[in-house]
Amino acid sequence: MAKKPVTITLNGAERAAFADDGQNLLEFLRRGVGDLSPKYGCGQGTCGACTVTIDGETHLACLTLAESVQGKRIETAAGLANGTLHPLQDAFMEHFAAQCGYCTPGMLVSAKALLDRNPAPTREDVVEAISGNLCRCTGYEPIIAAILSVAQGRARA
Amino acid sequence: MTVQVESYGTLAEVARAIGSGALYLGGGTLVMRDVNAGVAQGRIVRTSDPVLSEVRASGDGVTVGAGVTMAQVMAHRDLGFLAQVARAVGGPQVRNMATVGGNLFAPHPYGDFTVALLALGARVIGAGQGGQRPLEDILRDRARAGLVAAIEVPRPRDPRDFGFLKVSRIKPKGVSVLSVAALLPREGGRIRGARIAFGAMGPMPLRAVAAERVLDGQALDAATIARAVQVATDGLDPPTDALATSWYRREVAGVHLRRLLERMERG
Repeated sequence: MAKKPVTITLNGAERAAFADDGQNLLEFLRRGVGDLSPKYGCGQGTCGACTVTIDGETHLACLTLAESVQGKRIETAAGLANGTLHPLQDAFMEHFAAQCGYCTPGMLVSAKALLDRNPAPTREDVVEAISGNLCRCTGYEPIIAAILSVAQGRARA
Repeated sequence: MTVQVESYGTLAEVARAIGSGALYLGGGTLVMRDVNAGVAQGRIVRTSDPVLSEVRASGDGVTVGAGVTMAQVMAHRDLGFLAQVARAVGGPQVRNMATVGGNLFAPHPYGDFTVALLALGARVIGAGQGGQRPLEDILRDRARAGLVAAIEVPRPRDPRDFGFLKVSRIKPKGVSVLSVAALLPREGGRIRGARIAFGAMGPMPLRAVAAERVLDGQALDAATIARAVQVATDGLDPPTDALATSWYRREVAGVHLRRLLERMERG
């Protein structure tokens, strides 16, 4: 099986590994590079647990061909904390926005992408932004509340 | 995993290399899904040729590259009439990936964007020697469609002439129970050249020819809408799947066509 070298900037650091023919970005990140934060949920683009950003846009890592991201900038939930937790991570704890936690990395990436683009989203904007991320535990309300609290600057209140 | 991925610099090179039996990888939402499931086998070809992402407006239409994503459609000033249709496709991540060209090949119950293109009378521009064909021809035999370079979309003369509605059980993101698009150009208050298209009401997006016939030459009023709704599903044999039975789709198709036409009547 052909192996192709792929170099990316992952959460600000240059990383390289070999990708198998047809390997998706999720497997490449988890097995090749060792970033276990994006999760495998459905493998068919329904659940959003594998959400990462590629050059600032949210994408589904499981439906992205690994070799197609050569030279691109990739951000995952593992890059959020920088010595201290990111305000979104604090807010998720504060608002009990994670129960089993499996959707959380994808939710955080979608939420971060929203706030980067729109620092003052409405509730409707938040619902739309996480509409590609399934959560089977929380009923979404704590997640929406957590994201809105960061937008309103009340994360550490 | 038994796929071999071949990457090419230009669309022309892909057109020469694709041969028969190879899959073209666009945004990935269809092909990578099959790769992950082990369903896709053999050669996969791809290119990141920037020509595929071009959007060019001309006098009465817009040429949209096959690789333009739903998110790009939503953001483009010349594609405002298609923004609400692109927004109905998937969640944000899917819209950042899924392409206009790929949507033509989305199996039931997907392909809502193509429903709108069908109602608008879009034409498909093939790569290489492909030439230009009506979208309907492509949909009739998608396995033999060939490589798509771009889609030429006629712009509605008046934005109020075009309407789209998607029905799903989950809000705000859900797969179609059905979708419906209508183009009702009017001259002197009468409809001239009505086009109605349904999604998820057959193996591919299909026109509701009987309803179009009823609407043509008439004013869009309550009586005309009622007659069009009566024949909404004539000639259609909707499939049964996990979302809805064939019976249910047939029962509700007229209701949703009525809602769309009434919305367009109000302007």
